[in-house]
Amino acid sequence: MPVQEKDELKSWQRRDRRTQLTVWAGYFVGMMVFVWCWQLMSEETFWDFVWDAPRQAGDMASRMVPPKWGYINALWRAIWDTINIATLGTLMALVLAVPTAFCAARNTTPSVTFVRPVALFIIVSSRSINSLIWALILVAIVGPGVFAGIIAIGLRSIGFCAKLLYEAIEEIDENQVEAVTATGARGPQVLAYGIIPQVLPAFAGISVFRWDINIRESTILGLVGAGGIGLHLSSSIANLAWTQVSVILLVIIVTVIFSEWVSAKVRHAII
Amino acid sequence: MTAATSIGPSAPRRWKKPPLISNALVRWCLWVGAGIYLAIALGTTEVNWGRVLEGVPRGAKFIGGFFPPNFITNLDEILSGLYESIWMTVTSTVVGVALSIPIGLGAAKNLAPAPIYYACRGILAITRSFQEVIIAIFMVKLFGFGPFAGFITLVIATVGFYGKLLAEDIEDMDPVQAEAVKATGGSWFQWINYAVQPQVMPRMIGLGLYRLDINFRESAVVGIVGAGGIGVVLNNAFDQYDYETAAAVLLLIIGIVMVVEYTSGYVRKQVQ
Amino acid sequence: MLCLEGLVKQYKTGDRALKGIDLDVPDGQVMALIGPSGAGKSTLIRCVNRLVEPTKGSVRLNGQELTKLGQGELRMARQRMGMIFQEYALVERLTVMENVLSGRLGYTGFWRSYFRKFHQTDIDEAFRLLERVGLDHMVDKRADELSGGQRQRVGICRALIQDPELLLVDEPTASLDPKTSRQIMRLICELCEERKLSAIINIHDVLLAQMFAQRIVGLQLGEIVYDGPPGGLTPDVLTQIYGEEDWESTIEAVEEEDGDEVIDEEPEAAGGDQQAPDLGRDRMAGMT
Repeated sequence: MPVQEKDELKSWQRRDRRTQLTVWAGYFVGMMVFVWCWQLMSEETFWDFVWDAPRQAGDMASRMVPPKWGYINALWRAIWDTINIATLGTLMALVLAVPTAFCAARNTTPSVTFVRPVALFIIVSSRSINSLIWALILVAIVGPGVFAGIIAIGLRSIGFCAKLLYEAIEEIDENQVEAVTATGARGPQVLAYGIIPQVLPAFAGISVFRWDINIRESTILGLVGAGGIGLHLSSSIANLAWTQVSVILLVIIVTVIFSEWVSAKVRHAII
Repeated sequence: MTAATSIGPSAPRRWKKPPLISNALVRWCLWVGAGIYLAIALGTTEVNWGRVLEGVPRGAKFIGGFFPPNFITNLDEILSGLYESIWMTVTSTVVGVALSIPIGLGAAKNLAPAPIYYACRGILAITRSFQEVIIAIFMVKLFGFGPFAGFITLVIATVGFYGKLLAEDIEDMDPVQAEAVKATGGSWFQWINYAVQPQVMPRMIGLGLYRLDINFRESAVVGIVGAGGIGVVLNNAFDQYDYETAAAVLLLIIGIVMVVEYTSGYVRKQVQ
Repeated sequence: MLCLEGLVKQYKTGDRALKGIDLDVPDGQVMALIGPSGAGKSTLIRCVNRLVEPTKGSVRLNGQELTKLGQGELRMARQRMGMIFQEYALVERLTVMENVLSGRLGYTGFWRSYFRKFHQTDIDEAFRLLERVGLDHMVDKRADELSGGQRQRVGICRALIQDPELLLVDEPTASLDPKTSRQIMRLICELCEERKLSAIINIHDVLLAQMFAQRIVGLQLGEIVYDGPPGGLTPDVLTQIYGEEDWESTIEAVEEEDGDEVIDEEPEAAGGDQQAPDLGRDRMAGMT
């Protein structure tokens, strides 16, 4: 009890002694773990390089200006590809994520013991593996190019979209579903009238949100050969063409800000 | 009112579901535009079906690598990569969250004066624009190959993510509670401690754990460009077409992510 | 005629929400079910249309046993029972019309309902009902744009378009202000009168129950402790249902209002003659 009586005086503390000690012990252990990890890292770091980094950064920056503006004409196709990878990949993911989410949500799944674990496994494995790793795998399998990028983005996004969607499905207002059930509606009708209208805004929000993230992700897929602007970035860096690198970085910033603006607009319109 | 007046049989009234976008022109333009975009986008996607077919046996071989995965041959490499990933994750999350608290406070419109607000928002926008891997490429250039570059990368990414969400959370807090505490006449720090912190803390702890989870996953990726961690092992395995080892690494990543996710989910439930 | 016999509901947690309820509701009777929170009122009406599965006992609607029905037959039975909910339970992102028409889902094929192609007769009926409750100008408004009283009237339309034989009403006024509460109760009672419907109304508010219902059933800890006319609710009875409290003021308040609102009040009036209070044509004023 936070309130203690001692010599007829009530003293108040935020936590009782035991909780307080636990909290302190928690902080202590946390600090120890952090310090230990830091030491491990410090052993593997050449600190000379680290202290030299600011000078290096300045050097790199000076070589990046002025940007070679003419280079942008070589980039249009790559920008188009990048956007397509994100958009088509997101569409593919959504098509697959919707059934997965309905199978994973506790209140809509056909079977809690059999179907739900499978759906959850699909979600977890898709989420755990980054799109760059998916791209690495797919480039090895289907060959380099935009196609591998689309599938990589799609596979990575299934888990993300399905997870958010199934959480939205689990959070719906059961009263509304109950009311539709009470009219004597069939199962699919309860889905169409009671559940889908409730999760539709979440679905639209999730799609746009993921599309926005995917634009960002698709800028790097080129590093492993899966198409898009990353291809130009890695070759420019490899050739030490820093003035081209700065153009690419600016293009990426503009694209990302544009996509963020679009997604904010769309989400605003929906909600 | 109306109910009482019209009793006679009224003519059948039609009803149609009102469309989402009421302006028919805009609606059709959107549909047609989306159709045209899809057609062009799909048309310009070059797929070398011959190459894809060629890949099928390779895909089968990759999937075959999972049965069984090979943990043994490169065990030392895998373990050291995993350790590296784990402590990169821990250090970068702690440092990143610590750094993003002042930046997040500065980027909340209802707390910070305009110049600080714009400065902090600028920092957040720039750190968020670039994918972790792009940052990692530059960090590797600056700090050399190895985990320190990965650490810095993840710190930057954490600041961008956590700082933005913290700022948004603070902006969404209940102004009445904040006003009530302000009315007691405490100092600015007391106000933050009593009015802001209790409102944002549970969610922020949850998000911190979530970021830990993300950082672990990202640590597997930054390795591909040489910034340390398990990604290096994975990349090497792919380079040598050693799919058994790659499968082992992927399974380990999935397993650890699941463990981290369940624990963080549990902790979040306890906190909220 | 609805007959409940020995109805028992035991939840998985072990709580016995209903301990053997025997209850008959004749056709055309409006019955109010009162009792403290947790007495089992909600469970009782949900056991009737099996949104909650009863553990034991029988529920018969016009002779048909409901507890043994399979899924398909249960859906048919549910079509014959309209339900009105506490928090309105409208599907908030659908329009008023869609919400009302959702009462016809049981009679409409899936694809027809999916593309919102309901039968013209259903649409006519929906318009007629919305007109009756004074909402026909809000057909295409989304449900979450309406006020509480308006939403509840949409809920009433949704229940009535099912063309039910029985209305199950769960705390219709719990989220409404006092004035709107009365208007909604009055509307429900009038509609029951017009259509010769029987209704079970769960209600917290003893005053409203006394004003509008023909018969009052008091539930306490899953058992019926009072069954009789509104006039029979003495302080003793209320104490038995709700526990110790000063009930005199509640009853006095009712009597005062009875004076100017209800035509006549006979202590033993539980039969069909007793009508819901009629207040003339201006009753709808203020409702739109």
